[in-house]
Amino acid sequence: MLKYSLKRLASSLITLLIIITVVFVLLRQMPIEGYFDNFEKADAATIQAKLNQLGLNDPIPVQLWNFLKNLFHGDLGTSARYSVGAPITDLIAKKAPVSIKLGVMSMALSLMMGIPLGTAMARSKGKFWDKFGTVYIVFINAVPAAVYYIFIQMYGTSALNISMLFDEAKPVTWILPVFSMSLGSTASYAMWLRRYMVDELNKDYVRLARAKGVSSKKIMMSHVFRNAFVPMIQYIPTSLLYTISGSIYIESLYSIPGMGGLLVDVIGRQDNPMVQAIVMIYSCIGIVGLLLGDLLMGMIDPRISFVKKEGAR
Amino acid sequence: MERETILSVRDLDVKFNLRGRKLHAIRGVSLDLYKGESLAIVGESGSGKSVFVKTFMGLLDANGWVDGGQILYKGEDLVQFNTEKQWLKMRGKEIAMVLQDPMTSLNPLKTIGSQIIEAIELHQNMHGEEARKEMLSILTDVGIAEPERRSKQYPHEFSGGMRQRVVIAIAVACRPKILICDEPTTALDVTIQAQILNLIRNLKKKYELTTVYITHDLGVVANVADRIAVMYAGDIVEIGLCEEVFYQPKHPYTWALLSSLPQLGVKGEPLYSIHGTPPNLFNEVKGDAFAPRNPRALKIDFEKRPPYFQVSETHKARTWLLDPRAPKIDPPEAVLKLASEGVKGYE
Repeated sequence: MLKYSLKRLASSLITLLIIITVVFVLLRQMPIEGYFDNFEKADAATIQAKLNQLGLNDPIPVQLWNFLKNLFHGDLGTSARYSVGAPITDLIAKKAPVSIKLGVMSMALSLMMGIPLGTAMARSKGKFWDKFGTVYIVFINAVPAAVYYIFIQMYGTSALNISMLFDEAKPVTWILPVFSMSLGSTASYAMWLRRYMVDELNKDYVRLARAKGVSSKKIMMSHVFRNAFVPMIQYIPTSLLYTISGSIYIESLYSIPGMGGLLVDVIGRQDNPMVQAIVMIYSCIGIVGLLLGDLLMGMIDPRISFVKKEGAR
Repeated sequence: MERETILSVRDLDVKFNLRGRKLHAIRGVSLDLYKGESLAIVGESGSGKSVFVKTFMGLLDANGWVDGGQILYKGEDLVQFNTEKQWLKMRGKEIAMVLQDPMTSLNPLKTIGSQIIEAIELHQNMHGEEARKEMLSILTDVGIAEPERRSKQYPHEFSGGMRQRVVIAIAVACRPKILICDEPTTALDVTIQAQILNLIRNLKKKYELTTVYITHDLGVVANVADRIAVMYAGDIVEIGLCEEVFYQPKHPYTWALLSSLPQLGVKGEPLYSIHGTPPNLFNEVKGDAFAPRNPRALKIDFEKRPPYFQVSETHKARTWLLDPRAPKIDPPEAVLKLASEGVKGYE
């Protein structure tokens, strides 16, 4: 198990390094306006001086090395246009908590709705709950999220008689964003859980459990659900991290001051250092999610530690 | 010889609904299972042997149902059971089962020990330390060394033969009266097969079990069975003591089955095989189900279903050949050879 974890950790670090390099190099291709808050008015000499000061005239490997050194000390650079001169880490620290709170809540909600729905679907295969769930899943996957998000905002706010926009101080305005955000993952949890449970139900060990006289209820809980949940465990960290990193669309719809909104903002304003920092954070979140998922799997599934190559499914 | 009947099946019909069509899988089968005996049900794939025993435990797939007949066990008709609660009194407690493929019949995420304890807690009313001790002693019974250490391991740490021992341990842990072994050695190495069969035989003695083997391997049958029931197209066509069915078979299908034993073949000649395919059970079978594949079938075989003809007190077969009016047809050479000299390895 330890060997597996270390191996997995090492490969994640390498992936992380590659992603940082790629993002960094790509961002170097952006127009240099993105580093100035007054590019139009500046003359050539000031521009050169600023570029030298930022180290942007150095060869790219040198720039990358300097960036990595700073990154190691927790320094992502400073904002160039969005909030001139402010350290990016401070700016993000201000925005992240809202996204995290909303994300955790919507994640909890989607687990609370998705797991019972998936279980009910597997249990009543081909009957009412299964059909209901399928309609829901197809709807969520087929209709662009933008459409039902807007409907939820329009009708939700008028039904609850609250303002259209988010207000951190008023808990009631949290309901609709959290609910909208959870719909997508509810559908995918239900879909995967149903699929894995149906897979498990058809396995011989379920037949043997029935033959030895275990009741269907107990088979469902202690054999089928448990085993079906193991492959799900792998996706949960990723999905949690993505939700807490904020939904770009929902945050702009309700004008929530979170990470998603921030990314849209800084792209709009062409703030190169900030775009670079946030894009990197998003990619890292993806990698950390996968890593956590695999480690969790390794803890739960006794077979993993014996698998020579990493990654079960 | 008067023997106590433990389970009695009367005119059992089982049907399946497959894509809107009805399949008649078991066609009016009757069978008495005697206490303490070892019965083998043989037949080719799709002959209904597995389905037949599944009805004893209410384990038919959702699209199948018992369409008529009775299964009498301890004065109760199992066919009338319709709630899970009723079946839970039977499953494990009275009848336990060993499935074919040990690689898949254990829960991969639970330790061996906990899977056996689950059965002990359900059926022997033992808990905690007591159940654990019982589990260890059963593991020893099925021939697993170092039970203490092995019980904490997961199925993937066991080989196929070892897993089958665990599956047998689970069945025995239920303390059943009847043990059904559904092709218990099919998925195993030849070298392991004999060990597993021996194990089941020893456990049968120790726990006073009645065993039912389902198999298509006549070698297994010869080793373990007191009685043999030959199944074809959802019907028992011949049933008798092991020696009777092996050495004095009466039904043409049994003849064909025995003739296709590789051990009976002559070196240099192609192995015997039965031509054609079993009848399609979506359609109602007319006459003797085997007639279309029987090169020497009589005219009546195509018209009227033969009744059972008693050969001896313990031996009966469903074939018109046993009717006094039937022409005398000798069994094929291979069967006569088997009767006169026996087969190596089938003693």
